[in-house]
Amino acid sequence: MSERADRIADIWGPRSAHARETAWPVRVDSFIPGAEPERWVQSACLLCSNGCGIDLGVTDGRIVGVRGRAVDRVNHGRLGPKGLFGWQGQQRDRLTTALVRDGSGTLVETPYEVAMDLVARKSRELLDTKGPLSHGFYTSGQLMLEEYYTLAVIGKAGIGTPHMDGNTRLCTATAASALKETFGADGQPGSYADIEATDAIFLYGHNMAETQTVLWARILDRTHGPDAPRLVAVDPRLTPVAGEALRTGGVHLAIRPGTNLALMNGLIRQVLHRGWLDEAYVAAHTVGFDELQATVEPYTPEYVAGICGVEARGIERAAEIFGTAERVLSTVLQGFYQSHQATAASCQVNNLHLLRGLLGTPGSGVLQMNGQPTAQNNRETGADGDLPGFRNWDNEEHVAELAELWDVDELKIPHCSPPTHAMQIFRYAEQGSIGLLWIAGTNPAASMPDLPRIRRILSGDQTFVVVNEAYRNETTELADVVLPAALWAERAGTYTNADRTVHLTEQAVPPPGEACSDLDIWVDYARRMGFTDRSGRSIPRWSQPEEAFEAWKQASAGRPCDYSGLSYDKLRGGSGIQWPCNDEHPDGLERLYADSHFPSDTDYCESYGQDLLLGAATSRDQHRATNPAGRALLRTAAHQPLHEPTSPNYPLLLTTGRTVYHFHTRTKTGRARQLQDAAPAVWVEVSPGDAARLGLSEGDLVRVSSVRGWLEALVRVGRGRDGTVFIPFHYGGNDSHTSANELTLTSWDPVSKQPAFKSGAVRLTLLRAATGPAPAPTTAGSAPVDAAVVPTTGGPAAEAVSTAGA
Amino acid sequence: MHLSTYLGLLHDGEQTLAGSYRQVGEGHQAEADVYYACLTVAAQCDEHVSALAPVVERYGEAAEQVPERLDAQGLSSVRSGGLGFLRDLHELYALCSFLDITWTMVGQAARGLADAELLQVVGQCESQTSLQLRWLATRMKVAAPQALIVAS
Repeated sequence: MSERADRIADIWGPRSAHARETAWPVRVDSFIPGAEPERWVQSACLLCSNGCGIDLGVTDGRIVGVRGRAVDRVNHGRLGPKGLFGWQGQQRDRLTTALVRDGSGTLVETPYEVAMDLVARKSRELLDTKGPLSHGFYTSGQLMLEEYYTLAVIGKAGIGTPHMDGNTRLCTATAASALKETFGADGQPGSYADIEATDAIFLYGHNMAETQTVLWARILDRTHGPDAPRLVAVDPRLTPVAGEALRTGGVHLAIRPGTNLALMNGLIRQVLHRGWLDEAYVAAHTVGFDELQATVEPYTPEYVAGICGVEARGIERAAEIFGTAERVLSTVLQGFYQSHQATAASCQVNNLHLLRGLLGTPGSGVLQMNGQPTAQNNRETGADGDLPGFRNWDNEEHVAELAELWDVDELKIPHCSPPTHAMQIFRYAEQGSIGLLWIAGTNPAASMPDLPRIRRILSGDQTFVVVNEAYRNETTELADVVLPAALWAERAGTYTNADRTVHLTEQAVPPPGEACSDLDIWVDYARRMGFTDRSGRSIPRWSQPEEAFEAWKQASAGRPCDYSGLSYDKLRGGSGIQWPCNDEHPDGLERLYADSHFPSDTDYCESYGQDLLLGAATSRDQHRATNPAGRALLRTAAHQPLHEPTSPNYPLLLTTGRTVYHFHTRTKTGRARQLQDAAPAVWVEVSPGDAARLGLSEGDLVRVSSVRGWLEALVRVGRGRDGTVFIPFHYGGNDSHTSANELTLTSWDPVSKQPAFKSGAVRLTLLRAATGPAPAPTTAGSAPVDAAVVPTTGGPAAEAVSTAGA
Repeated sequence: MHLSTYLGLLHDGEQTLAGSYRQVGEGHQAEADVYYACLTVAAQCDEHVSALAPVVERYGEAAEQVPERLDAQGLSSVRSGGLGFLRDLHELYALCSFLDITWTMVGQAARGLADAELLQVVGQCESQTSLQLRWLATRMKVAAPQALIVAS
């Protein structure tokens, strides 16, 4: 049965409610605005971290429509608004030639050959005079696995620089850190399929209804069926997730930004005091219990309630749901990752599950989520600076394995200290000790904190900036050389979502003009530089995506993220497949740690760990003395006050985040009419209490200021907590003063180095009274208090088809 | 009994270290992580000073009776540039290291005296001081290659 719906208004589509431990029904969503396509090409959606299987309809070398893949384990055919409409944005305003800044400072269209020759000459000159530490790379969470691994090999075995990171540092670094600190290595423990079997779902700082709409539909199909799970939401805003928590008899903890760790320590204390822990599991499979217990002891419900600004009763009820549900699934995202004490707070989610032994079984698991569709691959391959295959930079044997694989000297591979994270790369670029900064597939002039500073760094003469991009954007306008890049479906490749599901995308259409893939660009660069191994072979030894994938399989073999059993052929035709996929698990493994054995052995682990308060490294000897030996580490820290508290001049706390209709800096979604019309411009959300106190109404124009900068936006009187304002981070323009990051603070978590975007103190100043409502969607987290605001709809242009059971 | 001399050394030294952390943090605000971490560890040093107060009162703080003062010198001024930043961390490390081993020796005396109150203070403060040392070493290891090879 097919139904048509306006999928801007109806974000999650029709319900397929079902009971616990029954299969999630198939529902195929499609959007084909014109005639039926000539052919369908297999791919996976690239507009959030969920990783929905998608088929691309192609006619005459152009994408003309999309439909969800019914066979795929991730989405069972469904697509969300960005998946349905976002592809249209790829077909407009593309860069088709390179750009080079001329003597007068203007970017001039230039043949690719000439531009790349300039990059290679600049690189050679710097390598000859200053050495490899003069080079830094800052990439993406949206490139292909093959591109990340190729760049990692060029950077580590060809150039020898530790200065390599992705914008994954802004979105998912804390997920990786929390997993490393608790279990010894990165790797998502849980599975999306846990939703079908669970009794309670805890969403920590995770507005899943907007960030992963199809995963949220999966939860709604349980909460609207029999034996519905109860939800607990930790979020300062009354999001759809928080609303569903209240509707299912769960709890919404609208805590003050910056207090996550206090809350988590409080929940753990409750679980211990109420006797809900599984003592046998803790004794057999964890280390560090006594220290955890001592650290959380002061965090009584009343003490935590005071810090977090919520009622003690809510904390007790949330702990009771966690402590008494038969099965619990937890998910974590930016409300924790981009906040104060990010890793410490996220580790407590792992700890809660360990204390009850709720890991590795159907319905019980942890999903430390990702913000981007290929962030996982950046982490796995080492394009985030780590060593490939979740190897440990501080373990000489791991370095030796890579040296042998790549046929280079061990000393060539940088491993003298933790890899250089993005914020530090930009600091070195600011000082000029990084003289060549190569940015690919990301827009730091809109997405990094404290944009006035970032613009100064990118536009200064102290570092030469190269950008691989598909559109002109805030960052290209400050670059020295821009190389035109292919986008999704314009080259083949693989990528892995947040529950370890690997998908293949085929090349569906050719890139426009001279645009080429990031893989082609970096292989071309490496050939021009003449990087070779000890046997005189080229680095990298490959040039094609499938060759790069085969090389990656070798690098990953025997490590937690083992791809050795996968191939392009195996990924064709059916569902995506989870890693590890090897001889032992030829069809992939649904959940990690069913055997309660963790990758924490000193010789095997990805990290010896850091202290969660300051990020002080643990040495190999210290790690060995702890002797985790396959047990998980229960670690925490004390709550610390915010880095930038409010003050009389800046009395409100800022939190930033997403809207359902856009992805990141809108390079694609802002060019898809249905999505852009639904959320056309920036707004600032103010609580009803603050609005009344400040004399503000829906639609008033205000200036929002921090000590760093300011923006102007219309007021949405929304449903957040008093004292906190929310601004979506998607908007920008170098002179427009519409980006949330004009305001944000340069500060990062000491362990994951993820910037704390969700902090900083601001003030509001009324500039002009309202002439209409704010341009904020009414459909989700930014819903207005004023019922008279016209609802957000997409009209006939946003009608998509859903076919149940197809 | 010379324990009072060492208690005085610690009491002064923790105050000096707190001041030096704040000085380095504020002097290098562009190194955002170090700025905020310095505020955190300086607050730890303040707590150490408070924790020492009752034992200092009990044993006295008789530093001036020692002919050759063993005091811990703070930073005179903050340096600039990548190398200056590294040197400032290096000085903090030296000072923190001095205090770390001083806590160890005071802990030994506390054991010799079976002074449970002092042992509790040492236990609480010594682990934080050695964590500060580990943090400084971690941060310096990161900064050293860039500062020593490519920084201008």
